[in-house]
Amino acid sequence: MRYGDNTVLDNVNFEVHAGEIFVIMGGSGCGKSTLLKQIIGIETPTEGRIWINGTDTALLDEVELRKLHMGIGMLFQSSALFGSMTIGENVSLPLTEFTNLPADDIELIMKMKLGMVELAGYDNHFPSELSGGMQKRAGIARAMVLDPAMLFLDEPSAGLDPVTSAELDMLIKKLNEGIGTTMVIVTHELETIFNTSHRIIMLDKDARGIIAEGDPRKLRTDSDDQRVTDFFNRRVAEKKNEGMTT
Amino acid sequence: MPDETPYTVEGTNGGDITLALSGRIDLDLFGDLSSSIGSIFDSYAPTKLTVDVTGVDYLDSSGALFLVKLEDEAQLRSVPFTLSGLSREKKGIMSLIDRQSLSAPSLATKERPMGIVEQVGVGSVSALQDIYDVISFSGELLYDLAYSLMHPKKVRWGDVVSSMKKVGVDGLPIVGLISFLLGLIMAFMSSLQLKQFGANMYVASLVAIAMVRELGPIMTAIIVAGRSGSAFAAEIGTMKVNEEVDALTTMGFSPMRFLAIPKVIASLLVVPVLTIFSSIFAIMGGMIVGVLGLNLTIYTYIQQTMKAIEIFDITSGLAKSFVFAAAISSIGCQRGFKVRGGAGAVGDATTSAVVASIFLIIVIDSTFAIILHYVR
Repeated sequence: MRYGDNTVLDNVNFEVHAGEIFVIMGGSGCGKSTLLKQIIGIETPTEGRIWINGTDTALLDEVELRKLHMGIGMLFQSSALFGSMTIGENVSLPLTEFTNLPADDIELIMKMKLGMVELAGYDNHFPSELSGGMQKRAGIARAMVLDPAMLFLDEPSAGLDPVTSAELDMLIKKLNEGIGTTMVIVTHELETIFNTSHRIIMLDKDARGIIAEGDPRKLRTDSDDQRVTDFFNRRVAEKKNEGMTT
Repeated sequence: MPDETPYTVEGTNGGDITLALSGRIDLDLFGDLSSSIGSIFDSYAPTKLTVDVTGVDYLDSSGALFLVKLEDEAQLRSVPFTLSGLSREKKGIMSLIDRQSLSAPSLATKERPMGIVEQVGVGSVSALQDIYDVISFSGELLYDLAYSLMHPKKVRWGDVVSSMKKVGVDGLPIVGLISFLLGLIMAFMSSLQLKQFGANMYVASLVAIAMVRELGPIMTAIIVAGRSGSAFAAEIGTMKVNEEVDALTTMGFSPMRFLAIPKVIASLLVVPVLTIFSSIFAIMGGMIVGVLGLNLTIYTYIQQTMKAIEIFDITSGLAKSFVFAAAISSIGCQRGFKVRGGAGAVGDATTSAVVASIFLIIVIDSTFAIILHYVR
């Protein structure tokens, strides 16, 4: 992926297996969110291919891409709930637009989804009336309402306190284990990575690509790449200390 | 319902019934399956119902919800219910459904509709609060404007120039075009009447006086309100939503001096100039009709125009446009600073800025009409 002369990602190859929680991690500015946007079709890669369920997304026209989007859920970093709608309306929106279900059934499914994310009873609240953590959970309920096979989460713990963040990690794990949804999470939060992920890839800004892939628990101790161990062990890279006096 | 029903029923009517589900039980089938629950009980009148999901290849949360609804209906009809064939995965999905949440009452009650008296009361209080806010903001703005004029080095002149470009230079084409067409229409319509009395010459006077005294300042002000007043409200409103205004405050800046003053100064400098251009373009529009339709020469038309306009008309028009500029820019900024909430509030502020500006333009113009009548 290039922006003008600036290549952000180059030679990035990986697979996500059905039913797993897969984390795309790395430091700030390494291209995590760019990669996620490309996977879900918001941005087009300058080169290369992305296959979802065996379909090459580059070959899809706008209508086919929209159908593909209906089969995936996305939690945005800011939750991206519609401020003018109640939580119930936000969660029901995909059902109202994409199904012919009667209003009673839509309400029942909406309440079930809110119950799953522990927001039962908040259907008449507006997003601005909820805390950041609750907004994230409502965002997950909306993303999951059509029971997508894949759920993408962009920095789910961003801006949350440690307890709320841990609760959200538990929810992600619970939904993955319960429904079997494949989850792709973009984050640099170590707690989230260790609490949720089955596998990770680590991107690096200077390498402009993947520098590690596998089980984060093993990579933390066994990786030969110092950039990887530095990241997992929250160590400041030596080059950044150059010139510092002690 | 698809061609093949995803269930088969075994057992005798009025006895033990087994409902064997198969295939995909998911959101796509939820509506049809859900609506068939009543008929399953009515048709087979089971005394005991067993639902076998062994043959279900795929069960999503909506499918699981159907099973919960089926069990609830059985309980309601006092029919013993058994769910069999649940694999570990299906149990996992079933465990995610919190039955209490399905009937949980909303914690926030919907707003009670107000009676007409209450609506009038709330509307009046809101209008009074709005007037108070505008007066309070105007006072603060005047103070900061006076401070800025006394300390010109503290004014962000770069922002002033940028705003002058946005309000003036970028607005000139649309102001020019609308004024030109307005002059053309006025001249054409008036010529139809004046021709009958042989008073063709006075078309030039009519266009010139109407534009310089009234329509030039008003049309320019309305266009500026629509283009720039709304932009001021949206820009500051978005900054409020993004906490940029709070950041300025905590850094020790006055948001008024940082954001509003450059916009107000730019508007005060540029709107009168735009008004002059508006009148010139309208006169040119009138001249096209005069020359092509009334057989006047360009020289005669200009001479008649010059004869009709007095210095007083020009100065009063410019004075008006100056006050319009102050009103539009300050209302735009005030509405921006009032934004609370998200994207919807920014939209409301933008609309409100334009509506309030146009209302103020008319009020100010009426006030000028009365004052100028006695001053002249």
